[in-house]
Amino acid sequence: MKLLEIKDLYVKTPDKEILKGINLNINKGEIHVIMGPNGSGKTTTANAILNNPAYVKEKGKIIFDGQDITNLKTDEIARKGIFMSFQLPEEIPGITVSNFLRYAKNKVTGKPVKIFEFKDELKKYMEELNMNSKNVERSLNVGFSGGEKKKNEILQLLVLKPKLAILDETDSGLDVDAIRTVSKGIEMFKNNDNAILIITHNTKILSSLKVDYVHILIDGKIVKTGTQELAKEIEENGYEKYKIM
Amino acid sequence: MAKTIIEEINRNIYDIKNKDEYDFKIQKGLTPEIINEISKQKNDPEWMREFRLKALEVYNKLELPTWGPELSELNMNEIATYVRPKTKLNNSWEDVPEDIKNTFDKLGIPEAEKKSLAGVGAQYDSEVVYHSMKEDLIKQGVIYTDMETAVIEYPDLVKTHFMKCVPVHDHKFVALHGAVWSGGSFVYVPKGVKVDIPLQSYFRLNSPESGQFEHTLIIVDEGASLHFIEGCSAPKYNKINLHAGCVELYVKDNAYLRYSTIENWSKNMLNLNTKKAIVGENAQIDWVTGSFGSKISMLYPMSVLNGKGAKTEFTGISFAGKGQNLDNGFKVIHNAPNTSSVVNAKSISKNGGKCTYRSLVRINENAKNSKSSVSCESLMLDDISISDTIPVNDIRTDDVEFSHEAKIGKISDKTIFYLMSRGLSEEDAKAMIVRGFAYPTSKELPVEYAVEMNNLIDLELEGAIG
Repeated sequence: MKLLEIKDLYVKTPDKEILKGINLNINKGEIHVIMGPNGSGKTTTANAILNNPAYVKEKGKIIFDGQDITNLKTDEIARKGIFMSFQLPEEIPGITVSNFLRYAKNKVTGKPVKIFEFKDELKKYMEELNMNSKNVERSLNVGFSGGEKKKNEILQLLVLKPKLAILDETDSGLDVDAIRTVSKGIEMFKNNDNAILIITHNTKILSSLKVDYVHILIDGKIVKTGTQELAKEIEENGYEKYKIM
Repeated sequence: MAKTIIEEINRNIYDIKNKDEYDFKIQKGLTPEIINEISKQKNDPEWMREFRLKALEVYNKLELPTWGPELSELNMNEIATYVRPKTKLNNSWEDVPEDIKNTFDKLGIPEAEKKSLAGVGAQYDSEVVYHSMKEDLIKQGVIYTDMETAVIEYPDLVKTHFMKCVPVHDHKFVALHGAVWSGGSFVYVPKGVKVDIPLQSYFRLNSPESGQFEHTLIIVDEGASLHFIEGCSAPKYNKINLHAGCVELYVKDNAYLRYSTIENWSKNMLNLNTKKAIVGENAQIDWVTGSFGSKISMLYPMSVLNGKGAKTEFTGISFAGKGQNLDNGFKVIHNAPNTSSVVNAKSISKNGGKCTYRSLVRINENAKNSKSSVSCESLMLDDISISDTIPVNDIRTDDVEFSHEAKIGKISDKTIFYLMSRGLSEEDAKAMIVRGFAYPTSKELPVEYAVEMNNLIDLELEGAIG
């Protein structure tokens, strides 16, 4: 079943055209990967889906779960069930991880959050992700290491249970153990009713996940779509071949 | 238009306006005759009448401050300095007249008294209308009463402490206070007595074109401890109201006092308040302040660390909206060896509001091996608001550790986007960031007050975005 459909999307920032006609279909139960060199428009794609006002849509449509979300506000899109794990998660002093997540869960689900259930759930996920349980009482991302921030994003993913998870460079800057933990979190999240869009420029995180489609994004266009084999080919030969096109 | 919404915003409970009914309202202005009349109305002892008249002389000699916010709109000929409500001092809420009781009910005072306070004083205009304290504290010799009763019943304690910590010639508005003071609380905690549950005094000004001049005098004797909370609010009128209270705190050797304030005066109030603590050997005073209201505020609580090893911490936040000029800060004098001070001051300004952090840290020559660390941080919610930091550091010995850090910032669009991607609306996201920013102050307050502070933040932010 179709979950996300991007149709002929053009996006620019104040000084630059970035996406030049993206088309992408993601069905429930699938894992998609967008790969591409720096500056090709990967992060822009993620931001455009969540309608970050810093990125202006010039043309095209985004349909999610049968509804046009192209121009919805970011929070409305989040409440429809799209989540993004940030490359550089923001720090919020004075708001604990626990309070933040409880508040966000309430906003996303529109239902009151049962406090004890919530705490148990949080504890369980943190154990799975090898996170220090004291982190829930720390201010959100403040003083967290790069790895802790990324794990914290995956924790949020598990708690908020979106229909579509966009993981923007979640693997970058992580050591092998941390990548394994993050992959484990992604596997825990994955089921037949949801989908994942992984944005990356390396292939390490892909080895432990069963990827359905790999898209190569170059200069604002998807130039090639394939299976996991395509990622392997990129790992060996790089993007040069596709840049010529 | 967001800007007009802010002016029209319903401050709900804080804006309850009772009819301006009173038992007695002094004519506007400031003359020896008026002072004599106030003194007569209050049944002052003769020494207090003389004190008032002397203070008036000092007031007339002193100039307005030449720095800080413009005070020219204050015209003492337009202010009634004494308004006696239509009731006496009561020790049961049942006896407080209904409209007055309703106001305090809506402010949550009797409820808080039942749940989380050891004693409560409630002032309405110029007089305290309710005062009560738990029995076991009375048995331990704790005194908590209105200032007028203290003048009569504890003359020795009052004479040796009243306006000795803050002398009338300190500045013009302290002199004014000395001349027209009325109401306020007196607390004495005997040696070694630990008061575990806070006492609270609440000051409500209802009468238009009037002033409130309550006097708070607290003596925490050797080895004793106390948490005192003051709250204040007023409904909004079109003309200027004046608050010039005075707080004098004596924290004797090895004693501890925490003084918490939630101030939410209406936005026609000039808040020219004075607070000062004298701190003995190994004693500590902690100030916690949330300042939301007032048109103009000039308030710089001061700790004088007179005893060896004395400590002070100041944790405060000011929130200025449209038309507000909050000139707040903190002063500390290190006047003995091994003393320490920690300041964590924050401010938020929006819709053209102005916040200034003005401070003095003086470390005297005799204050060897002392430490002082000051951090102030401001958050501006838009491009038209103003934030300023004016620190004066006067360090007279080399044998000290001193640090000062100041940061001014804005909420970044990236942070808002991050929070919105988690399902928070833009308004929720900003409120969350601001609440987090204020957290160092709210975490120092008892939970009910932290909740009230967060509500005030939400109230201030309502309509600010759009």
